[in-house]
Amino acid sequence: MGNTDQTKDSEKNLQGIASVDLKNVGLRLDNGEVLDDVTLSYRTFGQLNKDKSNVVLICHALTLDQHAAGDNPLTGKPGWWSSLVGPGLPIDTDKFFVICQNVIGGCAGSTGPTSMKPDGSGVYGIDFPVLTIADMVRAQNLLLDHLDIPDLFCVIGGSMGGMQTLQWAAAHGDRVFSAIPIATAARHSSQNIAFHEVGRQAVLADPDFHAGAYHQHDARPRKGLAVARMAAHITYLSETALQRKFGRNLQDREAVTYGFEADFQIESYLRHQGMSFVERFDANSYLYITRAMDYFDIAADHGGSLAEAFKGTSTRFCVVSFSSDWLFPTSESVSLVRALNAAGANVSFVEIESDKGHDAFLLNEPEMYTTLNGFLRAAARDRGLS
Amino acid sequence: MIDPKASADGNLGNKRIDLELIANMVESGSRVLDIGCGTGELLDLLVEQRHADGRGLELSQSGVNACVARGLPVVQGNADTDLSYYPDDGFDTVILSQTLQATQRPREVLHEMSRIGPRLIVSIPNFGHWRVRAHLALNGRMPETNALASSWYETANIHLCTLLDFTDLCDALGLKVEQCITLTNGKAKQSATRPGAWQNLTAEQAVFVLRRGAF
Repeated sequence: MGNTDQTKDSEKNLQGIASVDLKNVGLRLDNGEVLDDVTLSYRTFGQLNKDKSNVVLICHALTLDQHAAGDNPLTGKPGWWSSLVGPGLPIDTDKFFVICQNVIGGCAGSTGPTSMKPDGSGVYGIDFPVLTIADMVRAQNLLLDHLDIPDLFCVIGGSMGGMQTLQWAAAHGDRVFSAIPIATAARHSSQNIAFHEVGRQAVLADPDFHAGAYHQHDARPRKGLAVARMAAHITYLSETALQRKFGRNLQDREAVTYGFEADFQIESYLRHQGMSFVERFDANSYLYITRAMDYFDIAADHGGSLAEAFKGTSTRFCVVSFSSDWLFPTSESVSLVRALNAAGANVSFVEIESDKGHDAFLLNEPEMYTTLNGFLRAAARDRGLS
Repeated sequence: MIDPKASADGNLGNKRIDLELIANMVESGSRVLDIGCGTGELLDLLVEQRHADGRGLELSQSGVNACVARGLPVVQGNADTDLSYYPDDGFDTVILSQTLQATQRPREVLHEMSRIGPRLIVSIPNFGHWRVRAHLALNGRMPETNALASSWYETANIHLCTLLDFTDLCDALGLKVEQCITLTNGKAKQSATRPGAWQNLTAEQAVFVLRRGAF
């Protein structure tokens, strides 16, 4: 992750993997605190056109990162949206200049709980300020300012990325030509907060958590974070998908063992998911980002009216949901679409038939592909990009 | 809005000639809501030819997905329940083509349409057409014609009416009939002002232009 300095004309800032240290930007957070210095790690794909009118911002989900396409330098694996982002793909890097930035509060390079405090007294840990989705989006605005990009052709994201997408449209609509919120909602539901709370309590209950200062004890709350991930992972899948993939199949054994080993394949799978997650994610980041999602409620910021949040918007929307997603069910997208209609917005809404649950937005879903392709092609035409 | 069966009911040959007619009735550059837009045939005409700011509402998910895939702004929804979410006068023209007879509450749908926009274009099959009347009178069976192609037990057309029934309802709702174009054997004909007994007997279907009066 090559750090570049903050000179604006550096070509490097517009290419590939980059990280920028912004000094004295005074990023005012919703909790009242101010972050003066922020580091923003991001990745770009494609070329910025002369008018700077072809910029697509991809917002990532809870535990993802800026490596939406290309190879992830840490794992060597393809980016998490490689099926959608690339030459000739719906988010066409031959046509668009694509930016994906690690959210603040994250642990893939941008300022977060694992960053050093400005006074040099060690890492933030649990002393990091509690963030909101709006704060993450403010930081993305700083990145655009830094890159001298006036506005976005499109903001797109799934799950928490969809929340950021909606926040962009509601709070910075003048910078957003089109928005594609996928598998998301304009507020985190009670059930979603409940699942997040289970995850956080698992982390907090781990003796290795050390009140968030585990770095000072050369420890990490692996077990707690793994349990949090296991619980969360269930919410990303549908019952049908679980049944199809694992059923009641036993794991490398002929019969149950009358013990608490991972007798069933689903247990083994979840344990593996939990254990591999702790290798790549920071427990404090998990607390902060889940909290930011819990606090998300666009209507609440506009006197309880979601339509009010988008009143007079000139952004065009393409809302996408998946039929078997019970974490961000279609009903949430329907509420959003009704509010957008009431606000007189230009909105398309597609529910995609899939039995893969919430995770469908990360998988190869041909109908999502054709939906995004059609919407983006029409939007690009109207923006004069094709 | 309409299932494939129901939209087949509106077919005259392979081409929905009412769509061409309707497209020509829409002012260039105006804001249009197409309720029951199917796979986007009319909406595409409106956007491409009339440069309208066109939006669509469609019941069937496959129809919606087809529309969005061709770049049309369409949402999934139901005319009976979802029109209430649109703002007053959000559109210049609100279109309902070959769909009214498939709604649960046609009166409320028309009322909501007139709230959403001052100008309505509605096309309906005519249950008063002589062939329909003859079919029932002579055979004692529910009519099946070009414009009404499905059996009674599988048709989506649950609220059929004659042209005169329709204009009665328009009167009751304070909707002024500005124009009525009748369609028979694939030929369009402008009726004088509003349809009379003759049109009610001879037209297979009709396209109405309605304007909201004072409520």
